[in-house]
Amino acid sequence: MKKLATVAASIAAALTFSAAAQAATLDDVQSRDTLRCGVSDGLPGFSVTDSDGNWVGLDVDTCKAVAAAVLGDADKVEFVSLTAVERFTALQSGEVDMLSRNTTWTTTRDASLGINFTGTNYYDGQGFLINTDLGVTSATELDGAAVCVASGTTTELNLADYFEAQGMSFEPVLYDTSDQTVAGFEAGRCDVLTSDTSQLAALRIQLSDPEGAMILPEIISKEPLGPAVRQGDDQWFNIVKWALFLQVNAEEYGVSSSNVDDMLESDDPNVSRIVGTSGDLGSLLGLPSDWGYQIISQVGNYAEMFERNVGPDTPLELERGTNALWTDGGIMYAPPVR
Amino acid sequence: MPFTPTPARPAPISQMGVIGWLRKNLFSNIPNTLLSLVALYVVWQVLSSVISWAFINADWVGSSRADCTSDGACWVFVSVRLNQFIYGFYPAEARWRPNLAFALLVGFLIWLAVPRIPYKKLGGILALTAFPVAAYFLLYGGAFGLPVVPTSRWGGLLLTIVLAVIGIVLAMPIGIALALGRRSNMPAVRLVCTIFIEFWRGVPLITILFMASVMLPLFFAEGVSIDRLIRALIGITLFQSAYMAEVVRGGLQALGKGQYEAADALGLSYWQKMNLIILPQALKIMIPGIVNTTISLWKDTSLVVIIGLLEVLGQVRQALADPNWLGFPAEGYIFAALTFWVFCFSMSRFSQYLERRLDTGHKN
Repeated sequence: MKKLATVAASIAAALTFSAAAQAATLDDVQSRDTLRCGVSDGLPGFSVTDSDGNWVGLDVDTCKAVAAAVLGDADKVEFVSLTAVERFTALQSGEVDMLSRNTTWTTTRDASLGINFTGTNYYDGQGFLINTDLGVTSATELDGAAVCVASGTTTELNLADYFEAQGMSFEPVLYDTSDQTVAGFEAGRCDVLTSDTSQLAALRIQLSDPEGAMILPEIISKEPLGPAVRQGDDQWFNIVKWALFLQVNAEEYGVSSSNVDDMLESDDPNVSRIVGTSGDLGSLLGLPSDWGYQIISQVGNYAEMFERNVGPDTPLELERGTNALWTDGGIMYAPPVR
Repeated sequence: MPFTPTPARPAPISQMGVIGWLRKNLFSNIPNTLLSLVALYVVWQVLSSVISWAFINADWVGSSRADCTSDGACWVFVSVRLNQFIYGFYPAEARWRPNLAFALLVGFLIWLAVPRIPYKKLGGILALTAFPVAAYFLLYGGAFGLPVVPTSRWGGLLLTIVLAVIGIVLAMPIGIALALGRRSNMPAVRLVCTIFIEFWRGVPLITILFMASVMLPLFFAEGVSIDRLIRALIGITLFQSAYMAEVVRGGLQALGKGQYEAADALGLSYWQKMNLIILPQALKIMIPGIVNTTISLWKDTSLVVIIGLLEVLGQVRQALADPNWLGFPAEGYIFAALTFWVFCFSMSRFSQYLERRLDTGHKN
């Protein structure tokens, strides 16, 4: 399956290479007055629909921020739900303008698929969920453990790499879907369940006794998840990139959706560049001068986006951790808006 | 005094009615009685826990996860999401449009199916010409002041019905044409039809959908993209028509050779022969086969999940990923199963009704 996708993608890359260069996505989006954004077909905290049928999630908000910047209205997004295999084709063929689908940024994808990653909206990594009865507090104590894992994923490969590097042995218990993996863990088929930590939190809620399970502190892989655009349209690449950077900068300078109207009068030059009252940054990007104001007032800064979708007050209860600002001990760092 | 026979006494109560049946079938001798009791015990064990989970201990009303306090099923999850399961992301204020289109569809079906309603020919013509146009503008919009609802917002049961109905209706004539072609005397026509049928029947539907969704767009020029729903529909129709063709061919071959020869002897042309003699008889024989492939297509529509179209099952899976509602897969999947069952069972009953109505005594 993966091979097929790669072949398909390379063909796509070859085909789109000539055509994509002159395609101006910004013009298309403006004339259509809607942003077409590819999202996951159901991933807790990242892109799901609420009971009123609205898309919500961190990836969804990333799309909305771009729509707010380009069209001045965060609701002018047409969400296209994409499966993992068809996501790159949909982007290459122009079916969607941008992809914000929980996609790990890797060399192969960046270099061979005809797409460009614009940044990271969530630093994820693979972790372990264990039964608290086990009394284990660190992944280094897992020698000989039976591990529930979804088969055929990079998760499975990372797991083997980690145990080999640690000189430990393990017994894999393979499942096809995450539902089955949870059921296997619950039924005691394995001691440990492994997946991306953001998803472990969602899996943990599904257990009949969530308090009886905990996530170990070790993270054994790097999974920077972020939006991507087609290669060859640098203007659009810049816009999607800076929509996210602006949200991170806004958090750094304390600009949020609740105070952004007051910030319009701020004397801090950093803040006034963010909300667009000084400088001419919008026109450099091909956007209206209030692009930053629109993003912050309609979608919020990065912290708001995080708290709303995956933060401690949501059922997922994820801590900022690695995703905290660089000033707060995390690695979320964006180039300055100036 | 004339002889009046005393009326026959009723059979003893132990021999008739429910009790008689029970005695005869379940408790006729000791091993049989034991087996019956064991079976009843097992049935009771299973049913009682299912019933208490699904009905007695279930939560029916509420609006959030917190309303599901008992151990049983949480039907609140389904009721909260019901509109999405039925309409997908179709805008709430425009939901009367699919409702009306569905009502029209049912109306036409009743018109055509119930013998007492006259003007069948008019009904048939309208159902094949006016209805598709009306349904298109109702669902998609773009004319008569109806705003456009892009197909990415279609979903749930609405999408299932659209895929299945269009797939079946288009596949029928194409299937008949292919079947006639495969039995044609013209070698070129026969070859083309045979290759077509064998090709599409030889690949799984999932592969076709995959190609339509992942490969096909790469062959178009940049910016030219065919709607995903249309791509899926084309794939489903081609696939279904190959199956339909083989069902029709079975019906054609089941007719006695005498029917063909008699038609030829009357001097009828090929098309007269087919329209007046062969197809009316053959189609009647084929009803079980046609309904069989139809029901199977209805269920196969759920495969469009793999190309990101969210029909009933897709919507259920999508709803299961909502962090506020994690952990209710049983309720969601049972709802989806029941929805499919209701439609498939109705189709099955309808086909049996048709068979009875069209029966002209050829059954042995």
